[in-house]
Amino acid sequence: MDIATKTSVEISVKSLNLWFGKFQALKNINIGIQKNQVTALIGPSGCGKSTFIKTLDRMNDLVDNVKITGEVVYQGRNILDSDTDVVELRKQIGMVFQKPNPFPKSIFDNVAYGPRVHGVRKKQNLNEVVERSLKAAALWEEVKDRLNESALRLSGGQQQRLCIARLLAVEPDVLLMDEPASALDPIATSKIEDLIYELKNDYTIIIVTHNMQQAGRVATNTAFFYLGELVEYAPTIDLFERPQDKRTEDYVTGKFG
Amino acid sequence: MISIKPNRAGRSLRRSATQDIKGRTIELLLLLCGISSVCAIFLIIIFIFAEGLPFLIQAGPNFLISSVWQPTDNFADGLWGIFPIIIGSLLVTVGAVAIGTPLGVACAIFLAEIAPAPVRRILVPSVNALAGVPSVVYGFFGLLVVVPWIRGQFGGFGTSVLASWLILFIMILPTIISISTDSIRAVPKEFKEGSLAIGATHWQTIRSVLVPAASSGIIASVILGMGRAIGETMAVLMVAGNSITIPNSIFAPTSTLTAQIALEMGYATGAHREALFAMGIVLFAFIMILTGLANLASRRRIAY
Amino acid sequence: MEAKRRELVPLALLWGAGIATLVILIVILAYILANGLPVISWHFLTGEPALWGQTGGGIYSTIVATLAVTSISLLVAAPLSVGGAIYLNEYTKETSLRMVIRQAAEILAGIPSIIVGLFGFLFFVIYLAPFTGGWSMISGGLTLAFMVLPISLRTSEEALKTVPAELREGSLGLGATKWQSITTVVLPTALPGIITGLILGVGRAVGETAAILLTAGGSLNLIQSLRDPGRPMTLNIYNVLTEYRDTTTAYGTAAVLVIAILAITLITDLLMNSYTKKLKGL
Repeated sequence: MDIATKTSVEISVKSLNLWFGKFQALKNINIGIQKNQVTALIGPSGCGKSTFIKTLDRMNDLVDNVKITGEVVYQGRNILDSDTDVVELRKQIGMVFQKPNPFPKSIFDNVAYGPRVHGVRKKQNLNEVVERSLKAAALWEEVKDRLNESALRLSGGQQQRLCIARLLAVEPDVLLMDEPASALDPIATSKIEDLIYELKNDYTIIIVTHNMQQAGRVATNTAFFYLGELVEYAPTIDLFERPQDKRTEDYVTGKFG
Repeated sequence: MISIKPNRAGRSLRRSATQDIKGRTIELLLLLCGISSVCAIFLIIIFIFAEGLPFLIQAGPNFLISSVWQPTDNFADGLWGIFPIIIGSLLVTVGAVAIGTPLGVACAIFLAEIAPAPVRRILVPSVNALAGVPSVVYGFFGLLVVVPWIRGQFGGFGTSVLASWLILFIMILPTIISISTDSIRAVPKEFKEGSLAIGATHWQTIRSVLVPAASSGIIASVILGMGRAIGETMAVLMVAGNSITIPNSIFAPTSTLTAQIALEMGYATGAHREALFAMGIVLFAFIMILTGLANLASRRRIAY
Repeated sequence: MEAKRRELVPLALLWGAGIATLVILIVILAYILANGLPVISWHFLTGEPALWGQTGGGIYSTIVATLAVTSISLLVAAPLSVGGAIYLNEYTKETSLRMVIRQAAEILAGIPSIIVGLFGFLFFVIYLAPFTGGWSMISGGLTLAFMVLPISLRTSEEALKTVPAELREGSLGLGATKWQSITTVVLPTALPGIITGLILGVGRAVGETAAILLTAGGSLNLIQSLRDPGRPMTLNIYNVLTEYRDTTTAYGTAAVLVIAILAITLITDLLMNSYTKKLKGL
């Protein structure tokens, strides 16, 4: 695992174990996520990759019966500690979900939602944030004339970019994306991928995907999860072309999945 | 450029105490709202029992099985038998349920399976409206339409067991219809498709697959309808005749626990008032038994 | 074909049951409205009641009494039921506490109104007389609150349940606190359903008689304060019928009530439809 030592590490995970009741979903995960890079998590469904990123912004707190051990170090502290301010944490580490989940509000109100709950009230400031975020999410041109329409009337791909814009408006440092394009058509998917590629200059991005081509296109580093274990973690090209582990090789060559 | 980022510079990820307290306070307040229903039940039970139970104990089983009701404001001078009133309550309830069940269940099947969408669009709010009509309006309708009709057709006063049945069955229809409809709708599609796929007709499927699969919900709906009937006050008060005798025909007047309480509370004092609360306890016991039965019935539902 | 023909009878019976239900409603409403609408006039709605022992007169004081007890019950029950529903749906997991609260609400909804009335009489009219003024609008309204509470609680909880979990996740994921998520995303999304629950509660309060009979007093005078006894419309129907056989006033009052109930049914129906559409983004 030479990646961890190369450049600055944003999130460092040490000996992470996670159980849902008696079922162990994550087994002794150690990984360092690089700052301002895209890290892809791949693996067959049920391998623990979604569970893993949900641990990074404590979204697993919403599930019953979860037990977690180990460390997730971010900003110099173990965010799994019980006295972590999860609200502040989720401001800094934002998540885009598998299924676009815009609020049943207008496009404007969706993007302005985060700034509003964090205390921005002035209309002029909100306008500025909304425009900037929609531009950053490459959605501005498509919606600038109908900001007051319901977000639910946008297409699936537009909704997902809206959710990204909504997240960018909160100005996080890290973006977690849980299969953000799995519910979208190919054209919408490529737009999202372009966007991810753009965003990596300013954000640390972790993307869960079951689509290896997608990982190949957008990610600097890729981690392969299998049955709750982190099997292999390497620069994307290396992982696909020179896998070190037999299981990784079988997966990336399409023997199972 | 407006940014919310600078605000958090230097701010640690440690949770602040004030934030904790605010969250906890909100949760506590909401919890109090949540348990208000539980408190309400306890308050009602405590007050009804505190007032009625000593009387019930003093009067003993005679209260339930003796037939003469001559209340006075002190215990020793009165005669305290509510047997005819209990019989009246049961009689009125059973008859209303007997009429209301076939119609209600049939209407539920119709709503869940047969009715075309536009018909359903009208019928569903109509059933809700039927549930919303105040009981005193039903009683009014009964008193001015049903009672004179019975008097004209069959003689007597008109205020009678039959009049109570004819009004009460309408009042329990919405309960039976809405709960039965829900339970028929809750039968998994696969059951129906499986039956239709082997060549059964729609009616055969309804009769031999859907209704049996929904039977526990349908039974629960009937029991809850029974609860509604036995607890109904105003309509019965207006059409039953309020005579404390065991009726010898369906055209004879009768009285119920609810009606008698409503009628006598206005002037009851002392032991008489306590006796009415004791009647409240008896009614409460009936309701609890029916609620328990309905719960049992719906719990028996097959886990799909 | 033979089988098809044999099915005509049961199918016709089912249609018959649906139509019969509709006809029953229509007959009752038509009867009340046909006899009651001609009675309703400006004077009937705003006039003073007839002198004691006479028939006719206006029902203004009874409308005011209905509004008074209904408002009080809603004022108490609305926060309790909405807060309780939020607690049940957002703060508890499937625990025994949740089961207990649900069961309690169900039992509460099933308690006959006359029993709630007995309780209200003892608790509000007798024990709390220094505060409620004995038989009064306050006593009646607070008693009604016990009946409105379970209805609104249940409907509100159902409404909150239909709010997709992704919306909560989305809001929390943006760093909103739980309470912010509830007030800014969950509640607005569920609002039509919650309002429906409250309106159903209002319907229950407006239509209730037995509990009112034992707690509100029954005076026909226009209330001067909430601690005064009064006679809501439902009680007035019962009283004018049984005391003076004043069917004219009863018809008119019943028609006003029926119109109110129809309006409530119609509004809730429309609200729920627009709500479903809203969630679908139409």
